Amino acid sequence: MIHLFHFFLGPFQDFAFMRHALVACLALALGCGPVGVLLVLKRMSLVGDALSHAVLPGVAIGFLVSGLSLYAMTLGGIVAGLAVALVAGVVARFTLLKEDASFAAVYLMSLALGVLIVSLRGSNIDLIHILFGTILAVDDADLILVACISSITLVTLALIYRPLVVECFDPGYLRSVGGWGAMMHFIFLVLVVLNLVAGFRALGTLMAVGLMMVPAASARFWAREVWSMALVAVFIAMLSGYTGLILSFYVNLPSGPAIILTAGLCYVCSVIVGIHGSVYSRRRLGLHLGG
Amino acid sequence: MNPIVLHDLTLGYDGHPAVHHLSGVFEAGSMTAVVGPNGSGKSTLLKGLTGILHPLGGRIDRGNLKTSRIAYLPQAAEIDRSFPITVLDVVSLGLWHHVGMFGGLTSRHWQQARQALGSVGLSGFETRAIGNLSAGQFQRVLFARLLLQDCSVILLDEPFTAIDERTTADLLDVVRGWHAEKRTIIAVLHDMEQVHLFFPRTLMLAREPIGWGDTAEILTPENLQLSRRMCEAWDEAAEVCLIGEP
Repeated sequence: MIHLFHFFLGPFQDFAFMRHALVACLALALGCGPVGVLLVLKRMSLVGDALSHAVLPGVAIGFLVSGLSLYAMTLGGIVAGLAVALVAGVVARFTLLKEDASFAAVYLMSLALGVLIVSLRGSNIDLIHILFGTILAVDDADLILVACISSITLVTLALIYRPLVVECFDPGYLRSVGGWGAMMHFIFLVLVVLNLVAGFRALGTLMAVGLMMVPAASARFWAREVWSMALVAVFIAMLSGYTGLILSFYVNLPSGPAIILTAGLCYVCSVIVGIHGSVYSRRRLGLHLGG
Repeated sequence: MNPIVLHDLTLGYDGHPAVHHLSGVFEAGSMTAVVGPNGSGKSTLLKGLTGILHPLGGRIDRGNLKTSRIAYLPQAAEIDRSFPITVLDVVSLGLWHHVGMFGGLTSRHWQQARQALGSVGLSGFETRAIGNLSAGQFQRVLFARLLLQDCSVILLDEPFTAIDERTTADLLDVVRGWHAEKRTIIAVLHDMEQVHLFFPRTLMLAREPIGWGDTAEILTPENLQLSRRMCEAWDEAAEVCLIGEP
């Protein structure tokens, strides 16, 4: 029994860097869970992906100006992410291009610019750190940043929950009662960018979006309301964070991919045995898939 | 309550008119059917009345009525039916005017929502997900939400399309209840018999307004034929106009 406890908790008791990493993951999960769920419900899953790449040039410019400084890179990432969201949104609103296509175009330009900037100055190791993160080197400043962003996310979501959900489900109704649909959409995109930036330090720009989207996509199979889906997503994200860290500790895997792959495993299980609309539940009900 | 007055109203998209030079009055407490072939501008007119669509020309005089206090039921296609939300939550959105974006719902509000659900015949469906409802049941849910909105002007866009007879009859009862309460009702309809039986006033559109008045005077065989002919002309014109569009 004691051996088991030691196996599952020991790494966090013995090593400060593991504790830091765990707390970062749990805090990230709190913010990313609900944001990811709303992205899935808005059918914007890939926009999250696009935005996660879009923060790169901002991070890179921050890096260029002041090296691996947390504040410069964070600020750069937020500015770049918001700029891409704004430009893509404006293009979608005022031209015939749909939002997904305009997002793709703008984020690819942004990503290319980011890679260009990093490779002009940094070594390949720096690029790897920025793309894939260094969760095992999360320090106190990182933790405070992640905690702040998670708190801001949860408070903001609590405030604008109703109009945001109605904007997803029945935008026409929100318009007809005079709700601020476009404003809600933009506030939400700001939250997406903030959470991606919170995640980039720990998981890297490429992996940050994983903790947002994979648990959210899994949650669809377990819950039938937005708030319960968000709870399930947070739970899966936390579980993945913990399990991924344990795995990376004992098997000596890079932590970011280990965490996202654990979430991926949860996703596969959810698709197969989830209680709402999974392969298993559809089969049990005697439904068959359309040809 | 004020009438809604249209002054030489032209509505459309990208500069192409769908409702052309329409003038007239929806009297307070009147119940009007808007009929006409597809593409004759019926839905566009409703969007104009709600304030979603701004006039290309002319104007709409709503008196002191705020557009947010006009209840509007669009065609069901605009709603994501797979969204994870319960029936009672959807109905309770009808209380938006009372609770706003941020306010909480009291137990009295929930009670009102349950009552509204009961009066459209869906007691016991409170916690069901909307994805599990039939088209008819879902339309009943939307009517319950309209009941809670408690607006003096109610716009319905093809409310009974693809709905079975029993549901249509029940929902028509709800509409007649609104009429008895002196609310102004404007509904886009395709079933001429329904219009004859239940709607005292009719506005017939087909690119241009064909007639607006008492239903018996408007729904004449000549007018119906005229609207069909104009519809055909409209279709040919539409083909030409669509060139260069996406």
